[in-house]
Formats: sequence, structure tokens, C-alpha cells
Amino acid sequence: MGLARGELIKDTRRKIKDDVTGNEERETRKMDTKVLIEKLKENFKSGILEVVIKNDRRIIISVSPDLILNVAEYLYKTAGLRFIIASALHTKKGFEIHYHFSMDSFGLVLNIHVILDKVNPQIESLSNMFNASNWIEREMHELFGINFLNHPNQEKLISEGNWAEGVYPYRKEFK
Amino acid sequence: MSNKTIIPIGPYHPLQEEPELFKLYCDGEIVRDIKWETGYNHRSIEKLSESKTYDQVFFLVERICGICSTSHPFAFANAVEEIGNIEITDRAKYIRSIIGELERIHSHLLWVGLAGHFLGYNTVFMWAWKYREPVLDLFEMITGNRNSYAMFKVGGVRRDIENVKISIIRKNLIDIWKKTDLLAGAVMDDPVIHARTKGVGILTRQDIIDYAAVGPTARASGVAIDVRKDDPYAAYPLVNWKVITAQAGDVFAKAEVRLLEMYESISIIEQCLDGLERTKEGDITVRVKEIPEGMGTGRAEAPRGEVFHFVVSDGSNSPARHKIRAPSYVNIATFKKSCVGQTIADATISLAAVDPCYCCTERMAVAYDINSGKKIMNANELINCSIMRTAEMKKNKINH
Repeated sequence: MGLARGELIKDTRRKIKDDVTGNEERETRKMDTKVLIEKLKENFKSGILEVVIKNDRRIIISVSPDLILNVAEYLYKTAGLRFIIASALHTKKGFEIHYHFSMDSFGLVLNIHVILDKVNPQIESLSNMFNASNWIEREMHELFGINFLNHPNQEKLISEGNWAEGVYPYRKEFK
Repeated sequence: MSNKTIIPIGPYHPLQEEPELFKLYCDGEIVRDIKWETGYNHRSIEKLSESKTYDQVFFLVERICGICSTSHPFAFANAVEEIGNIEITDRAKYIRSIIGELERIHSHLLWVGLAGHFLGYNTVFMWAWKYREPVLDLFEMITGNRNSYAMFKVGGVRRDIENVKISIIRKNLIDIWKKTDLLAGAVMDDPVIHARTKGVGILTRQDIIDYAAVGPTARASGVAIDVRKDDPYAAYPLVNWKVITAQAGDVFAKAEVRLLEMYESISIIEQCLDGLERTKEGDITVRVKEIPEGMGTGRAEAPRGEVFHFVVSDGSNSPARHKIRAPSYVNIATFKKSCVGQTIADATISLAAVDPCYCCTERMAVAYDINSGKKIMNANELINCSIMRTAEMKKNKINH
């Protein structure tokens, strides 16, 4: 308030010129992707099953499902990665989940890949650590029938109250 | 919870004209808790996508959202081109960015208008939407459509922007800039808007990190994430522009970020038009033989934030799995932080501040039984379900 209209438009333009806060912050958040992978290997040793480096901005790491809570905690709290989303897949191997994490300062998308049991798929929930995974875990439970242990509220997200119990629309049938 | 009054917003939003249901649990004037019910819009786009060829999926994902209709094809193109290792021509990159940025301008203008409407300030609504029209006209000239432009395909774009049109676009852009500038000045200087939006619906930095919010919502709280800068795609690394951030995290900061982003968008488009003049006319597509087996991650910065597409290919001509994450999916969850503790009057604008897009969030229609392969529900049965649900709700209401 207080500025005349002409002044404010000038002020707006000046702001665009001076706004470099984002760019400064970008510099301080850097952590090398190679260092990150080394650290993960060092911390979780045999829990890291496979590392696939597609290119410097896309990395897929397969981990053992019982370690997911520790790996996610390391990525979120220590390395400061952002949880984007998780994708569930139903393949011949069983149920697979790709947890997508983003390292924004590098444009890196890190996929943490786990393979779950064919008959009774279950894995520890991440929702107690960050709220971002709350909805997607409910969605995966609803569409694929994957059970998330210790989820605060594993209700249906999309078809609340209108869908048959025990029918999972995204499951596939393999011959 | 039981002794609190429930104020419903929905199942059809009175202002945004989209189906959703917020239940505000209120104690007097103050909102104490909020719950969201969804599923009214679910169209099973992810499942449908598995039955379409790569060319058809573009038209499908374009219809996820009517306002940011280019952001989903943009992210999907990025994902598929990553699987196939396809490098598109510079001209196609410039055209893609022009479409993306024009869309950002019209989407932000739409939001500014709606925000005014939510505050009961309909002059802003009328002005913003009036100024949005020339942007849509520009779209009609470039792509033939005012919305759902059908410009993207694997390996490039479908239509070229002829060089003779560039000068007309530039002229229109100057016009749009003048009007945007007028509107931005008026909105940011208005005491009523200041009074209604400053200190309202604050999201702190920690909230943003906890809920993994993206786009202008995150940038207004000082988290400088923008896929265009972080994970550059299309022509964004070829032009000069800045990420706009604000620190306050309230509704006014979100408006500020969006208004200032429009200036950046206009500047990006102008530089892209320079780029078009440097490249050869008609060189807009590369030949794509087949999409190999593999996984691809595509990201694009929509007006509302990061759109994320994860595509798994099994070597056939359609995706084996296609996961879509729209920005509203993570942004809407932040309502639990921004609305609780506020008055009901402030809750409406806080709910609108992230520019929620309900159809993006849901995406689904017909389901099949895995054992028999038979349809479980068809349209009539769904309508019956809906009638039954309404009857049930009415009954419950009477009991209360």
C-alpha cells in the first residue's frame, strides 16, 4: 500500500530485475549425485540390490523392501530430496513400486525400486515421515491392493464407499 | 469432532464449477479441521492410456485438464522421448515452449480473475477474463484451437508457426503485456485485496517440504523449485529468464508470484520467437521408428506446478504402465495446513490459492473384474449408484 499506481508498476519491474533469491539458494543446496550413491551404498551395503544409471539425471536404485523406511529417511532427512510420487506396477515378477525422489538442484529423479510379494503385497508406509505419500499410498492400496503397514488412515481415496471390497481395478492377469 | 458444525463446500463447487466436496469442521467462525471427498471426476486415464497407442495417448492426456491442457502432453512427450532417446529439432523446442508459456499467461490470468471472484471483487474477475481473451485468440491463430491445442507428438510438434505470423504475434504480445501490466499494477496496489489476502492461508517452508508442494504454491513460500530451471527441457535452457519467488507464503505472495511470472513468460515467448526466426521453416519433426523397451520419466512445469509422468514401455506400440501426477494432487493436501485455524470467510480464498484443479487430481471410468473379464459397472449402474448415494445422504441428514 501507499505507492501510487505508476510507482508500483515501476516497483514490480524492479523486483523482477532484482529477484535472484531463488538462484542463490540453488547454489547452496548442491550435493553431488555420485556422492549420494556412494553414501547410499556405504549405509545400506547389501540392501542395495542394483544401481542403474541411465544418465546423469535419471537413476534407478533397487532396494530390498524391508529397508524402504531407512532409505527414504536418509534421502528425505539427510540428503534433502523431495518426494514426488510413487508408481505401482503389476508385472509377472509381482507388485513393484517405484518411489520417485527429486533432487531439485541437479534435476535428478531418483527412483527407489522395490519388488513385493505376488500373493500378499505389503510394505512399510512412509506417511508417518512426510505427508506427501499419504494420498498416493491410499490410492495404491485401493487400485492395486498393496497393504501399507502403519499407515495413519488407509481409507479409500477415489471411490470411497462405492466400490466392491477386495476388487482391485489396476491388477492384471498373467497367463 | 462430533460437536463441531460441518460446513460443506460442494459436491459441486459454487464458484469454481468443478465437482469436489470439502467438509469444514467449524467451531463458531473458526475452521478446526478439513476433510476432502473425491472420486466424482475419476476417469481412469492411467488405465485407458494402456489401451491407446503412443500417438493417441497425447489426445487422451490433453483432456485431463481443460485449462493447462498442454502441460500433460508436454510431460508425456518428455517421458517417451527419454525412452526412445529422441532429440527433437530446435524449432520444435521453441514452438513447444511458446505454447507452454502462452498457456501459463492465460492460466494465471484466469486464476487472478477467480481469486477476485472468490473475494467478492467481481471487477477483477471481469477485467482479468477480458484480458485473457486476446491470449486465447492468439492460440486460435497459432494452433487452430482456443483450448486443447493438439500440437504435441513424439519427435516434435504437429503444426509449424509460419515466419509471416511472427510479427503479428509480437504485436499481440505487446498488447497483452500492456494489459497485464495494468492489471498487475491495479491488483497489487488494491487496499481491499491487501486486506483480504495478506497474512491469510500461510504455508511455511516446512509445510511445503512436508507436503512436497510444487509450483507457485512452493515458490510463494520461498522454496525455489521450477522444473524449467532444475531439469531443463524444450527451449527453456536456450533462453534467459528468472525463477520468481516470494517469502511470505500467504495468498498475496501466491498472487504476486503468479503476476510476476506472466512478465517472465512474455519475455520467454519473445526470445523463442527470435529463435524461430533463426531456424528453418518446416523443420519441426524427426522420424520416430519405434519406442524400445524401457522406462521414462517426464516432467514439465505446468502453471500450477510440476507435472510428472512415468511411462513403462514393453516394446509394443502402447504404454505398459503410465503414471500421472498432477500438481494439484500434492497442492490440495496442503489445505490441512492453510485453512485450519482460519475463519470460514478466509477459508474459501485459501482453498483457491493453490489454484486447485480437481479433474487433474483424479483422472478415471469403466472397471473390469480380473477373474471373469466382465464389466463390473456400466454407466447406468453408476447413475443408479449416484441416485442411491443421494438418497442415503438425504436419509442421514433427516436422522441428524
